[in-house]
Amino acid sequence: MTKTLSSQPLLSVRDLSVAFQQDGKEQLAVDRISFDLEKGETMALVGESGSGKSVSALSILKLLPYPAASHPSGQILFDGIDLLNAPDKTLRAVRGNRISMIFQEPMSSLNPLHTVEKQIGEVLSIHHGMGEKQARERVLELLNDVGIREPEKRLKSYPHQLSGGQRQRVMIAMALANEPELLIADEPTTALDVTVQAQILELLRTLQKTHGMALLFITHDLGIVEKLADKVCVMTKGEIVERGATKELFANPTHPYTRHLLNSEPSGEARPVADDAPILLETEDLKVWFPIKRGFMRKIVGHIKAVDGISLSIRSGETLGIVGESGSGKTTLGLALLRMISSEGPIVFQGHHLDGLNSKAMRDKRGDMQIVFQDPFGSLSPRMSIAQIVDEGLAIHAPELSEEERDAKVVAVLREVGIDPDTRHRYPHEFSGGQRQRISIARAMVLEPKFVMLDEPTSALDMSVQAQVVDLLRDLQAKHGLTYLFISHDLKVVRALSNRVIVMRNGKVVEEGSVERIFKAPETDYTKALMAAALRMETAPEGVVAD
Amino acid sequence: MSNDTMTKAKKPRFHDRLSPLNQRRLKNFKANKRGYVSLWLFLILFFVTLFAELIANDKPLLVSYKGEILSPLLTDYPETRFGGFLPTTDYRDPFIQEEINDNGWILWAPIRYSYKTVNMDLPTPAPAPPSWMLDKATRCAPFDQGINDRNCTIGNWNWIGTDDQGRDVLARLIYGFRISVLFGLTLTLFSSVIGVTAGAVQGYFGGLTDLVFQRFIEIWTSVPQLYLLLIIAAIITPSFWILLSILLLFSWVALVGVVRAEFLRARNFEYVSAARALGVSNRTIMLRHLLPNAMVATLTFMPFILNGSITTLTSLDFLGFGLPPGSPSLGELLAQGKKNIEAPWLGITGFLSISIMLSLLIFIGEAVRDAFDPRKTFH
Repeated sequence: MTKTLSSQPLLSVRDLSVAFQQDGKEQLAVDRISFDLEKGETMALVGESGSGKSVSALSILKLLPYPAASHPSGQILFDGIDLLNAPDKTLRAVRGNRISMIFQEPMSSLNPLHTVEKQIGEVLSIHHGMGEKQARERVLELLNDVGIREPEKRLKSYPHQLSGGQRQRVMIAMALANEPELLIADEPTTALDVTVQAQILELLRTLQKTHGMALLFITHDLGIVEKLADKVCVMTKGEIVERGATKELFANPTHPYTRHLLNSEPSGEARPVADDAPILLETEDLKVWFPIKRGFMRKIVGHIKAVDGISLSIRSGETLGIVGESGSGKTTLGLALLRMISSEGPIVFQGHHLDGLNSKAMRDKRGDMQIVFQDPFGSLSPRMSIAQIVDEGLAIHAPELSEEERDAKVVAVLREVGIDPDTRHRYPHEFSGGQRQRISIARAMVLEPKFVMLDEPTSALDMSVQAQVVDLLRDLQAKHGLTYLFISHDLKVVRALSNRVIVMRNGKVVEEGSVERIFKAPETDYTKALMAAALRMETAPEGVVAD
Repeated sequence: MSNDTMTKAKKPRFHDRLSPLNQRRLKNFKANKRGYVSLWLFLILFFVTLFAELIANDKPLLVSYKGEILSPLLTDYPETRFGGFLPTTDYRDPFIQEEINDNGWILWAPIRYSYKTVNMDLPTPAPAPPSWMLDKATRCAPFDQGINDRNCTIGNWNWIGTDDQGRDVLARLIYGFRISVLFGLTLTLFSSVIGVTAGAVQGYFGGLTDLVFQRFIEIWTSVPQLYLLLIIAAIITPSFWILLSILLLFSWVALVGVVRAEFLRARNFEYVSAARALGVSNRTIMLRHLLPNAMVATLTFMPFILNGSITTLTSLDFLGFGLPPGSPSLGELLAQGKKNIEAPWLGITGFLSISIMLSLLIFIGEAVRDAFDPRKTFH
């Protein structure tokens, strides 16, 4: 705090190692990393999942699950205080006061039982002993700072009454309440829509400038790094493999891993489809309305219109991309098309009406229309081996095959998606996220479907794995003449895979057209804002997108 | 095909199939020393009492008579076979014993009483104290030849005395323990099957099914069980199976809540949606994908349900509305202890056996609960 120390960096991490004890064994999660952070500087810690970046950040505030976690070596000096060896009392004085942190998941980081005022006020009363009235003024000021409109009205709101972006803004307000010298942001925008992400990043940048605080930004998204950070440390497998000023590092990456990361954006484009290709799936004025019931007699007083009168047709061999923010109804639309949820309106698949079929008649069609889900961890049953998982649908749709024949098919499809068939008797937890997504794809592909709905199949994956999965999907499409309905909020992936794109908002189609036209010359303001946010991380003028 | 031979060779063995999570649960279970030891003690007691007929029986295990090996345990030989005239043989009859010993030998069970054997050679009026409390002369007095009588052996001891009808308490205890545990296990099994099924159906289908079932269960559980049991027991003579069905009417609701909650939670998991998209039938989804989730809760509850079942049976027996008269039962033993306060071995035995059995089960239950405790997963 004193002038004599200003020659030192604000935060200095030296040879930090983190080990976790599990089943009596020590596993090194972070291996002797060092970095310095000056006052007012922004540093990004980049890496894929499992690289140890979050663990490194958490150890700065000693927030790891001790004693399961330990530090075999290292030193963390914050303004001259050795945080690793500091007593709890010193640490508490630093946490939330001089160093603040914001987390990835804004829903679970806020206490659902407390109002916004109480959450932020708590920080103020703990560290400054502020009274209620004094605290309220400061809270209002903070809410204003983080760009929450009409903060007076929001004081008494509970977290569930706020949108994801607003929640993250409240989190930031809490973090800023004591004007910290260092803000640690652990993937603060990963759970948010692209448009909101752009707003939050913009907010962080202005706040950092006005408050002059240092920012340690943890992310897997290189686009954010390029936009935000002064310098970068690239982490993989617990080590920092490359560091440098952002511009130089992006221009001349030296380490192979950095180059690999920079080249891993999904690329390529969809194969063109002949205009006279037969229409595989068609729907007109499709509606999925959820009734809102009120009162003693449960009278229907209105509807939540998740999908509100959408018409579309998909040609055989084509990929139709559906983009939109969360809550726009894109997944609901996909599920309704596959009759996974009930809907109103005709659905015609290969010339046959699907609407009105009972579940038994529908079961025969299931083999031709498959789904790949977003979460590769949730979509595989943890208690079945991957051979059993892939085989499950085969046993229903090809009962005439013998066990050996089915097994041969499972082996073939696993090989096709790039999984070593010898590992097929293992359980899902033994595979990485990317491998699991390949297994999910194999489960759909083994039935030789004609139509596959891909529900954000790449969102939960690391960037470099995303590109591989996109390539795999494109190869499979070419080989088997598949038709895809590709649902995603990630426009880069959509561009790499789709022929046509539908932009959805609030259950309605905002814009529709070929992928080139939508990306090059979007017509509506909403699409323009979406493109700007996703591709260039620019915020839109107020009112065009949600906050 | 070379691939196929490889498959066969690579099928996982049991231990490999145990996911790391289950291995850790097993370790947690073993880490609870008290529960682990209790499990072994209980298993040993249960296994031993399963063969109660070989331990305590008024029929010899084997008899060699005139060069033939007979097994009275398995076959009922008429007394005529040994020169008598009754349709069944009372092997405790000195006359029969003499006849057999003259023409061969007798192999007795360690305890020469069954649960319903009335000891006619009591040294004192029933209830008789444990044999080790008496000196040899008193002990052997009832026999024809006193101390020298062949029957005055350790096999004819009443180790913990007799009840007020002259029946050996230890024999009744062994049989009673067995019937209590078997009753408890059967009741637990049946109520779990019904409870899990009901919970599964409610949780999986939700909506109206769930609503109707839940209201039914609320009404059903508010019926005063004990009075109903007393009324039913007064009308029909309860046997093992009748008693089981009556208790089952009410005990199945115990698991419905937890299983229903698990199914409600898990039916929206993505792998369940994926199975639905594959066209898997509801029944298979419930069995293959959802039931394993509910098993954790079920297994955690099971030892406690078992305990409850045993306690219910014991209390009914104590009140005299349980198993038919003459059956070996711990509740009846307790009732005898209450009636014959001057014979403390009855009450003490009843108290100790029931409390030890229930404690063992509770300790096992605690260890099971520890094993499935997610918070202990990483220790």
